[in-house]
Amino acid sequence: MSEHRKFDFKKQHFAGEEGHLIPLLQRAQETDGYITRERIVEIHKQCGIPLAQIYGVATFYAQFRLHPIGKNLIRVCHGTACHVSGANDITKAIEDTLGVCNGETTPDRLFTIETVSCLGCCSLAPVIMINHSTHGNLTEKEVKKVLKQYQKADIGEVQ
Amino acid sequence: MKILVGLGTCGIAAGAERTYEALAKSQAAGTVPFELDKTGCIGMCYREPLVEIRSDDGSRIQYGNVSADKVEKLLSEHILQGKTIDEWLVWADDGRGSERAYFSHQTRIVLRNCGKINPESLEDYLAADGYKALRQVLDQNDPDALIASIVDSGLRGRGGAGFLTGMKWRFTRLAEGDRKFIICNADEGDPGAFMDRSVLESDPHSVLEGMVIAAFAIGANDGYIYVRAEYPKAIERLNIAVAQAEAAGFLGDDVCGKGFSFHVKLKEGAGAFVCGEETALMASIEGKRGMPRMRPPFPATKGLWDCPTSINNVETFANVPWIVLNGAQAFAAIGTANSKGTKVFAMAGKIKRGGLVEVPMGISIRDIVFDVCGGIKKDKKFKTVQMGGPSGGFIPAELQDTVIDYESINKTGAIMGSGGLVVMDDTTCMVDVTRFFLEFTQRESCGKCTFCRVGTKRMLEVLTRICDGNGREGDIELLEQLAVLTKNTSLCGLGTTAPNPVLTAIKYFRSEFEAHITNRRCPAHQCKPLLTYTILDSCVGCLLCAKVCPTKAITGELKKVHVLDQSKCTHCGECHKVCRVDAIAVY
Ligand SMILES: Cc1cc2nc3c(=O)[nH]c(=O)nc-3n(C[C@H](O)[C@H](O)[C@H](O)COP(=O)(O)O)c2cc1C
Ligand code: FES
Repeated sequence: MSEHRKFDFKKQHFAGEEGHLIPLLQRAQETDGYITRERIVEIHKQCGIPLAQIYGVATFYAQFRLHPIGKNLIRVCHGTACHVSGANDITKAIEDTLGVCNGETTPDRLFTIETVSCLGCCSLAPVIMINHSTHGNLTEKEVKKVLKQYQKADIGEVQ
Repeated sequence: MKILVGLGTCGIAAGAERTYEALAKSQAAGTVPFELDKTGCIGMCYREPLVEIRSDDGSRIQYGNVSADKVEKLLSEHILQGKTIDEWLVWADDGRGSERAYFSHQTRIVLRNCGKINPESLEDYLAADGYKALRQVLDQNDPDALIASIVDSGLRGRGGAGFLTGMKWRFTRLAEGDRKFIICNADEGDPGAFMDRSVLESDPHSVLEGMVIAAFAIGANDGYIYVRAEYPKAIERLNIAVAQAEAAGFLGDDVCGKGFSFHVKLKEGAGAFVCGEETALMASIEGKRGMPRMRPPFPATKGLWDCPTSINNVETFANVPWIVLNGAQAFAAIGTANSKGTKVFAMAGKIKRGGLVEVPMGISIRDIVFDVCGGIKKDKKFKTVQMGGPSGGFIPAELQDTVIDYESINKTGAIMGSGGLVVMDDTTCMVDVTRFFLEFTQRESCGKCTFCRVGTKRMLEVLTRICDGNGREGDIELLEQLAVLTKNTSLCGLGTTAPNPVLTAIKYFRSEFEAHITNRRCPAHQCKPLLTYTILDSCVGCLLCAKVCPTKAITGELKKVHVLDQSKCTHCGECHKVCRVDAIAVY
């Protein structure tokens, strides 16, 4: 992250009602891409929630990441329908194309591969989601094509 | 003339947004006059993108697989020349269309508006009798009578356990407390189920209306909707619906001007399956780690922030307005003795027509798979359906005459669950899928109970070694023992049901486990370490397989039968994939 912008977490910490730790963390992750140490300390200082509790919640939920990710987040569905329709082959094709394993980020910081349990598009299995767009009915060939598009788009941006 | 494009997540994944844009462009160009609107998901995910054309006289016709490049033909032939394009026709209300059977077996209560109305338009919902049930309930002003009628309808919770909804409301109403809550469980964590997503994306107001009615029944002034973060479209449309309902006075301090106050907040989940369990879900809303707790006390007496709380599923709520408007008897007339009404199933896996179907309770699995959904993909052999996800079990093809109701499904060892129905054919290895489910529950176990935490891990280890070809004599019995122990000693539903896939797989497919352990064979050819590849005499000698083999186990000359050195083979299967003449046998 280029610069650390401070939030007023307290303002979002709705007065009189507890339970806003998760939305606060979601907000932090949306801004920074992951949960930074600084944000955890900020939430602690501003809202008075114990550090251990914040860390406990941040590590309980699969959504929260404590490490930065690449520009494009690839979520490969490994739900039941996708599993029986070849999700493993799709993951392998992605890993082969990008040269990194599931859970890792490419050295150019362009892609991070992640596994999810179900994207709710089971009838189009196997399915992956890149950022907010869902791609269904994939084959190994197809998925490589999709990745190419993202790679191309990025080169376009740089030029 | 109005053209509607189905813009649910599945439609969008299939390219419906591009179709919509192409239509919008043509509309702006103005050469062909028509109205354009969006709608939700009608359930035919297998034919997305779907486009409906509604004539001025109200007749409807639906085309399937209308990608953006087909828009031009659609406009010129159907709209300008008035010709029906028969090859694309899936359904028309005059009885034509290739997918007629898909709808004729369905009874649509929950999905009544899905794919018909624009989910982002309150006017559309109102025109479909929306919020009429709420007005009626507030006019009658008799919560006890309302609850009695929901009890009489026989509606049972659609989130899994199947508890009588009316009874749950009654307990919450009778519980002592100044402040009460209503929660909509839209966490839908079961991999393979997507009906809640579709209802929220296609008809969010029906869920809101059901919630307000429930809130009035139990005397709650606050409600939460807990939605999975993996469903961005559902969250977006729910937010729109809540804002519309607030502006129109269906939510707020004075609902419909009747002095009843009800506010709704949305909570996004953060990716934990166990948070679908009601006590964990409430812990999560309270901002804690989503860990289940002992019941009793049940949420009805001690729920969110220790206040009486009724927590119901999306589909349960969507049924409520229909029951209020049509009467408890009309609902109870559908279904079997103990399971009333309809159930929405998410059909996925090796099925021809994958999508959402809503069928009356009491229909058989055979009817759903074959009559409604057209049977197995590529006409392969039907092996089993998996119902209830990681908490459910396998129902084998021999039991396909089992009817859909809570008790009959439980008898097989599976559960109704939320209604995910994943169909499998003979290319699915039961040991492998069982391992898949245990991988899931082991990962998602919150770790509170020893047997859930360690028992699932041990079962996973045993299943993994069986798949890897290292199964031992006695592994099946060990699995059974672990399964029973985990079932009996876990606190919440995650642990008590996690062994169901193991138990049903062993019960119905024991020989497949034995084949893995004793003969070191995977009959479905899925467990790679157990497979042997050989080159047949029909090999034409094209060298393709030799090129892709990562360990150079295949050698040969052009136009001569190649040779595979078994000692070098790592069973990766690449050769089998590239062979153009099917000369690589797998067994
Ligand atoms: C591990 C686990 C996961 C669950 N997931 C869900 C879910 O995703 N959606 C849901 O509605 N109910 C889920 N339930 C059931 C809820 O605990 C609860 O019974 C249900 O929301 C009650 O609503 P209903 O009476 O309308 O069915 C789950 C239960 C367990 C044990
Ligand atoms: S199983 Fe992959 S989208 Fe549901």
